Amino acid sequence: MIELESLSISFGRGANRIDAVRGVSFAVAAGESFGLVGESGCGKSTILRAIAGLYRPSGGSIRLDGKPAGAARTKAQRRLAQMVFQDPYGSLNPTHTVDRILAEPLAIQGLGEVESRIPRALAEVGLGGEHRFRFPHQLSGGQRQRVAIARALIVEPRILLLDEPTSALDLSVQAEILNLLSRIRDSHGLTVLMVSHDLAVIAHMCSRIAVMFRGEIVETLAVEQLRRRAAGHAYTRSLLASSFETAIPAG
Amino acid sequence: MTATPVLTVDDLSVAYRQRASTIHAVKGVSFTLGRERLGLVGESGSGKSTFGRAILRLLPESAAITARRLSLGDIDLLRADERAMREVRGKRIAMVLQDPKYSLNPVMTVGRQIAESYRVHAHVTGSEARERALDMLESVRIHDPNRVYDLYPHEVSGGMGQRVMIAMMLVPEPDVLIADEPTSALDVTIQAQLLRLLDDLIVRRGMALVLISHNLNLIAAFCDRVVVMYGGRVMEVCKASELIRAKHPYTQGLLACRPLIQEPRRDLPTLRRDPAWMDGA
Repeated sequence: MIELESLSISFGRGANRIDAVRGVSFAVAAGESFGLVGESGCGKSTILRAIAGLYRPSGGSIRLDGKPAGAARTKAQRRLAQMVFQDPYGSLNPTHTVDRILAEPLAIQGLGEVESRIPRALAEVGLGGEHRFRFPHQLSGGQRQRVAIARALIVEPRILLLDEPTSALDLSVQAEILNLLSRIRDSHGLTVLMVSHDLAVIAHMCSRIAVMFRGEIVETLAVEQLRRRAAGHAYTRSLLASSFETAIPAG
Repeated sequence: MTATPVLTVDDLSVAYRQRASTIHAVKGVSFTLGRERLGLVGESGSGKSTFGRAILRLLPESAAITARRLSLGDIDLLRADERAMREVRGKRIAMVLQDPKYSLNPVMTVGRQIAESYRVHAHVTGSEARERALDMLESVRIHDPNRVYDLYPHEVSGGMGQRVMIAMMLVPEPDVLIADEPTSALDVTIQAQLLRLLDDLIVRRGMALVLISHNLNLIAAFCDRVVVMYGGRVMEVCKASELIRAKHPYTQGLLACRPLIQEPRRDLPTLRRDPAWMDGA
């Protein structure tokens, strides 16, 4: 469903050129959940944004659903992959009501039945009609992230791109949002690509995980290998060590 | 922990008066702090940060702070005048905040900020303060202090910026360090490194640490005792090593809803909030 072939992305030119992503290749099958982990600045979010069509690759290629997805995207290609961002405070327009936030992608995609789609999308993320005409500041962080998920789902995508979807949320709210995401993924058969710096969150959601360091994938692990701490690369081991060091075991 | 507490908090409340109603951000919080590492955990709105600021009286005027007792050694923090509080802030109780990007002065080199923090409290010459700042940079494991001294905050990484903040707060040798989410803006590997450093410094200097965080794992790994807050109230106080056997349903609920690396789970349990938690404690 998602295929990256030696993808490179750089910013700036000449002496100021930064190679954020350097020759990254991986493939995510339809219905699979794939995770990208690494520290800030390793290029994980840049890859996600390039897949969404927000950045133009400087080398290599992206294929979505078997077709090349370059800088110029068709409407159908943009509909295919939808993104949920980290910060629910920054990713929703504060001057728009929830209703308008959800109506916009429908208008862009030329989809009708607005009156039935909006309540259905809200219900799917656990919000009710009473939230429909509120502004983002009248909602809690968790409710805002639910709106962001509804906005992604409303155009019925097949790929969900999740950029740290719970790292701005409280622990108890994180659990609710992770459950919601798994449920939606399973009921719609979505392909998920998730970026996080939190190994426990990635291990919960994904079956395969790529570890990134300085713009490159150093290692790809199955989730069982991650749980057994069976990492080959030194960087992955240090990442695992710091996550396990502070982890309280299950009660 | 020693017999004589460094900080005594008895029935502390912070209330914000609004036109029609009063909001209790902190209600009836009591505990004593010895020379130990005390963790303060809770989710957003639990009052944990308000509590940290109340001790230093750094809250806006609309906040009413009341307590049966709030004292640092023999200083009454409730009744001390502003002049006395200036002596307390920084020199006796220091505070490290979450994001070094916003808590360092962007137009002053990091070295000068540390030197200034020393000169405010100690009567020394400029060159003595500079020497001291360089020593401090070294003790927070910055390898070339002479180069870093002359850098501006935007020229250092997040991890280094946070070390600079810690150096700045520790240079007047305070009795109590309040660290409010000191590492939550940082990557996990740097987080662990920085906490070990902080731990080492406070143990060596015999300081008391109040570590405020929403991260249960981190608090359990680095503190001696834990205070769990919810809705401005203390739900329970326990040894950090016994946090996993927490008795309060709120703490148990929080522990249960964490995803775990070690074991797969289909659905995460979610927290059921009991309105009675807001009455008791």
